[in-house]
Amino acid sequence: MRLEPIANPSMARTLVPPAAALVATVVIASLLAMVAGGNPFRVLGLIIEGAVGSRFALLETLNRATPLIFTGLAVAVAFRAKLWNIGAEAQLYAGAVMAVVLGTGALAWPAFALLPTMAAAAMLAGAVILLVPALLKTRLGVDEVVTTLLFNFIFLLFVSYLLEGPMKDPMGMGWPKSPRLIAEARLPRIVDGLRLHWGFGLALIAAGVVWVINTRTTLGYEMRAVGQNAEAARFAGIPVGRVIVKTALLSGGLAALAGFSEVSGLKGSLTLDLSPGFGYSGIIVAMLALLNPLGVVAAALFVAGIFVGADSMSRAVGVPTYLADIMLATALLLMVLAILLTRFRILRE
Amino acid sequence: MDILEIFLTASFWTAAIRIASPLIFATMGELICERAGVLNLGIEGIMVAGAFTGWFGAYMGMGLWGGVALAMATGMLFGLVHSTLTVPLGLSQHVVGLGVTLLATSLTYFCYRVALPEVTSPPKIEAFQVWEVPVLSEIPVLGPALFAQTPLTYLAFATVAVVAYGLYRTPLGLAIRAAGENPAAVAAQGLSVTGLRMGAVIVGSGLMAVGGAFLTMSAFDSFFFEMVNGRGWICIALVVFGAWRPGKALLGAILFAAFDAFQIRLQQTPLGAQVPYQIFLMLPYFLSILALVAMSRRAEVPAALMVPFNRGDR
Repeated sequence: MRLEPIANPSMARTLVPPAAALVATVVIASLLAMVAGGNPFRVLGLIIEGAVGSRFALLETLNRATPLIFTGLAVAVAFRAKLWNIGAEAQLYAGAVMAVVLGTGALAWPAFALLPTMAAAAMLAGAVILLVPALLKTRLGVDEVVTTLLFNFIFLLFVSYLLEGPMKDPMGMGWPKSPRLIAEARLPRIVDGLRLHWGFGLALIAAGVVWVINTRTTLGYEMRAVGQNAEAARFAGIPVGRVIVKTALLSGGLAALAGFSEVSGLKGSLTLDLSPGFGYSGIIVAMLALLNPLGVVAAALFVAGIFVGADSMSRAVGVPTYLADIMLATALLLMVLAILLTRFRILRE
Repeated sequence: MDILEIFLTASFWTAAIRIASPLIFATMGELICERAGVLNLGIEGIMVAGAFTGWFGAYMGMGLWGGVALAMATGMLFGLVHSTLTVPLGLSQHVVGLGVTLLATSLTYFCYRVALPEVTSPPKIEAFQVWEVPVLSEIPVLGPALFAQTPLTYLAFATVAVVAYGLYRTPLGLAIRAAGENPAAVAAQGLSVTGLRMGAVIVGSGLMAVGGAFLTMSAFDSFFFEMVNGRGWICIALVVFGAWRPGKALLGAILFAAFDAFQIRLQQTPLGAQVPYQIFLMLPYFLSILALVAMSRRAEVPAALMVPFNRGDR
C-alpha cells in the first residue's frame, strides 16, 4: 500500500471524505444508541433538539462553547507550531485560580479596571504553567506531551489542596469550594435577562486576534514555519527555541482565559469540577477546525452542541451521556483520516 | 514508625512489587511499540478498556484467565485501530494516540453504564489470590515481596523476560528494532516495515490492556471510573527512563513503585500527617517528570520513532 499525493484535488475530492466522516460518526453513534436500548432516530433527534431546539438550549450551547473556544485556540496555536500542548486543563485551572485570587476582594477596584487585570493575570498564570514544559523541551529536549499531561494531574491536586486549605470558603459548609467573586469581578451578561456572559464575546475576540497573529504577523509566520519544518526554519534564520517559547506563552494564556471566563462569567466561584475536561476537548475542537482560529469557533459550537444535546437526551431516554464523548473521539479519528484522503490517493501495490 | 524502618518491612516491598505490576505490563507494551518506531499515546485509554473488559469478563463468568484474555483482545483491537491509522496511512501519532485514548475511555464508560445501569457501587469479583511459592517465599523481606504475589505479577516478570529475549535474541526482535531505527534497511531486506510495526503496536497494546486488567482483577476486585489515573502517561515516562531497554524499564517501574509505596506509608507517620495529602499524591507525577529530565541528556531514542515510513519516498 502506498500514498500518492494528488496535485489538483477536485471539488468532490475535497468535500466527500469529510462529509463521509461525519456520516460515519452519526451511523456509529446510532448503532451504539441502539445497543443502549434507544431508538437511534429519537436519540439523534433529542441531541439536536437539546442543543439548538429552544432559546434556553441555544444559550446553553453558547455558554458551553465559550471555554471550548479558548482551549481550542490554545491547542490550535500550539499544534500549528508542533508544540504538543496537552496541558490546557492545567492552564485552565491556573487561570481560574488567578480569577479567585484577585476577584474575591483582594482588589477593591471598579469592574472596568478589575476585570482586565484579572484576565491579564490569568493569562500570565497559564503562560507560566506551559513555560516550564516548553523550556524543558527547548533546553533539554524533554518531550512535552508527557510533561504537559503529567502537569494536569499535578495542578489539579494543587487546586484540590487550595480548595481544602488556603482558598477554602469559610461559609462553604465544609465543601471544597472557593469564596464567591465580588460583584465587580463578575463578567456582565451580554443581553440583560439572557444567560450568556461576555466571556463568549471575549472568546470571539480572542479567535479574531489569533487569526490576525497567524496571518498578519511575523510571529504567526514563524510559528507555522517551525511547525512545518523546524530544521528548515532554523536554516532560514528563525530562532526556533524562542518561537516555541512564545507559542507556549500564547497557548497557555489562551487556555487560562477559559478558566477566567468560567469562574468570572458563569460559576462565580471555583470548585474542582469547574472543567469536565475542557482542556482535552479543546484538542478535538482544534483538530476538527484544522487548527484554523476561525474554524475553532465553529468547531467549538459543534462540540458544545453535542455535549449539551447529549446531556438532555440522556435525561430523557437514559442512553449514557458518554455517547457524546464517543461521537467526538470517532469524529476526530475519522476526520484526520478524511483530511488525508482529500490530499492523497491510496494505491495498492 | 521510624521512616527508615519502612524499608525493612516485608509489607513495604510486597506493596512495591504489587504497585509495579500493572506498570510493568504497560511499560513493556509501550516499549515494544516505540522500539518498532511508533509512539502509542493510546496507552491510557487502552488501560482503561483493559481494566473494564478483564473485570467484566470475570464478572460474566468467563473465569479470571478468560477475563485477562478478553482484556488482551480488547487492547489488540485498539492497537489495530491505532496502527492502521499511524503505520500504513502515516497519520500523526500524537493526534491518533490521543484520539484512541479518548475513544477507548469513553467507549468503556459507555459500556459500563449500559451493562450496569442501576448500580451505585460496582459489583466485586473473586479476584486473583496470592500464590505463595514454596520455600522461596519464606526468605525474609524479599521472599514475600517476590514470591508471595498473585499469578498476574509473576506473569508481569515473565513478560519482561520474554520481551527482552524476543527483542535481543531472535531474528524477529532484530527486525522490530531495525524497523524503529532504520526502516529503509528493513525494507531492503525484503521485510515489511508496515507488518512489523503494526504487529508490534497490536501486541504492545494487548499488554497495556493486561496492565489495566491487573488493577481490577488483582490489585482491586472491582472497576471504578478514573482508576487508571495517569498510569499510562507514567509508563511512557518509564520507557524513556529505561532508555528503551526492557531490563532498565523494569528497574524503573520497581523504583517508581517503591517510591509510591513509600509515600503512602509516609502519609501515615506523624511527620507526614502534617503535610497536605495532595502533596504526597503529586510526588509520583513529579518523579516521572524528573526522570524524564534526568534521562534527557543520554536518551537513546529509536532513530525512526514517530517517523512514518513510505516506500514511495525513499
